[in-house]
Amino acid sequence: MKMPLLALLAKEPAHGYELKSQLEQIFGEAYPAPNIGQIYVTLQRLERDGLVRSQDVVQATRPNKRVYELTDVGREAVVEWVDKASDGPRVRDEFFMKLALSQLAGTSDQLGLINRQRRHYLAQMRSLSELAASADRSVPRLLIEGAMLHLQADLDWLQRCQEELV
Amino acid sequence: MIGAGDRLLLRAAGLTKTFSGDGVRVPAVRGVDLSLRHGEFAAITGPSGSGKSTLLHLLGGLERPTGGEIWLDGARVDQLSQARWAVLRRRRIGFVFQFFNLVSNMTVADNVELAALMGGSNRKQAADRRRELLGELGLAAKADTAPARLSGGEQQRVALARAMANRPALLLADEPTGNLDSAATFSVLRLLARAHADGQAILLVTHDSRVASAADRVISLFDGMVADDAPLGAAGGAAQASEMPLPRVLRLRG
Repeated sequence: MKMPLLALLAKEPAHGYELKSQLEQIFGEAYPAPNIGQIYVTLQRLERDGLVRSQDVVQATRPNKRVYELTDVGREAVVEWVDKASDGPRVRDEFFMKLALSQLAGTSDQLGLINRQRRHYLAQMRSLSELAASADRSVPRLLIEGAMLHLQADLDWLQRCQEELV
Repeated sequence: MIGAGDRLLLRAAGLTKTFSGDGVRVPAVRGVDLSLRHGEFAAITGPSGSGKSTLLHLLGGLERPTGGEIWLDGARVDQLSQARWAVLRRRRIGFVFQFFNLVSNMTVADNVELAALMGGSNRKQAADRRRELLGELGLAAKADTAPARLSGGEQQRVALARAMANRPALLLADEPTGNLDSAATFSVLRLLARAHADGQAILLVTHDSRVASAADRVISLFDGMVADDAPLGAAGGAAQASEMPLPRVLRLRG
């Protein structure tokens, strides 16, 4: 949550609700709507760490709003974040731990485990497909496509586990 | 669900197929029980060599089983002659081959219309149906082209249009999106979804789980046998798809 908020503030100062609606607008349904409380807590932490500063803007008919803007340190942090290569997908996988260890414990049949996991992935794939069909802008659509490709890889890998272990 | 959806369209029992040559016997399908109701959409997945294509060929009468039975609409069909199977494929079963098998010296339009004419349509009906299918698959501009001048993905969609020309009760498709990019895959999925909504049964072999997840059921084949037969989505036991938590990859980091 921290870095996306800083990145949005690099464009222009904003208050919490504006940041929330910008995130929703850019990423669409695929991105779980951030909770406004979390956004304010994050902004307070960023201010404590000197990455943003804020001031109250007086509004005539409504309560004051607190507008946040990036500090120089914050701007540097955004640049550094954007320039740095990001971690790839996880290498540690909870399912694989279960699969590899359940044989030792004798707690479950492995084909059953794999089948259950495959059903779960396929059901997720189906909900992503439905989401993709309704995504009409490229950013949300690409986010969903990326998730689908990851799932496809998970399913292919499940097949490899079945070939080698069962 | 009551009605057409509950009637059995296709049933295979104890189906086996062993290929032999040079004194070696290779079992490809090793005892498959499978049934498909009218209007049902099922996908077969599995690693290469698991017997997916062979199974589909058996069910479409393109290969003769070594053992077991196949029933179509309550009639046993596994012992039918090649000629009788050909009639079934003209009228009741549409088959999409992995390698298209289009007639090379006919235009795209004629390939699709011929299938409709052989299925009993008149010339006008055949032409209308051809226009409708090629339009939906984004191939209207290629109607007068020879198949050899099309890309692999375009030929694959023509093969699908041909198989659907007669609105067969059963569509069998072997990797129907194997050569397609995302946009073309989406147009094929949309066409399949519409055919499914119109009550056509679909059984397709795919290694693409995006395609498989569009089905009502996913059958996992392994070593020539069914390893899992999983209902998906609303009708199934695997939870309502729309209520599934989104995968962690959708959570943004940072």
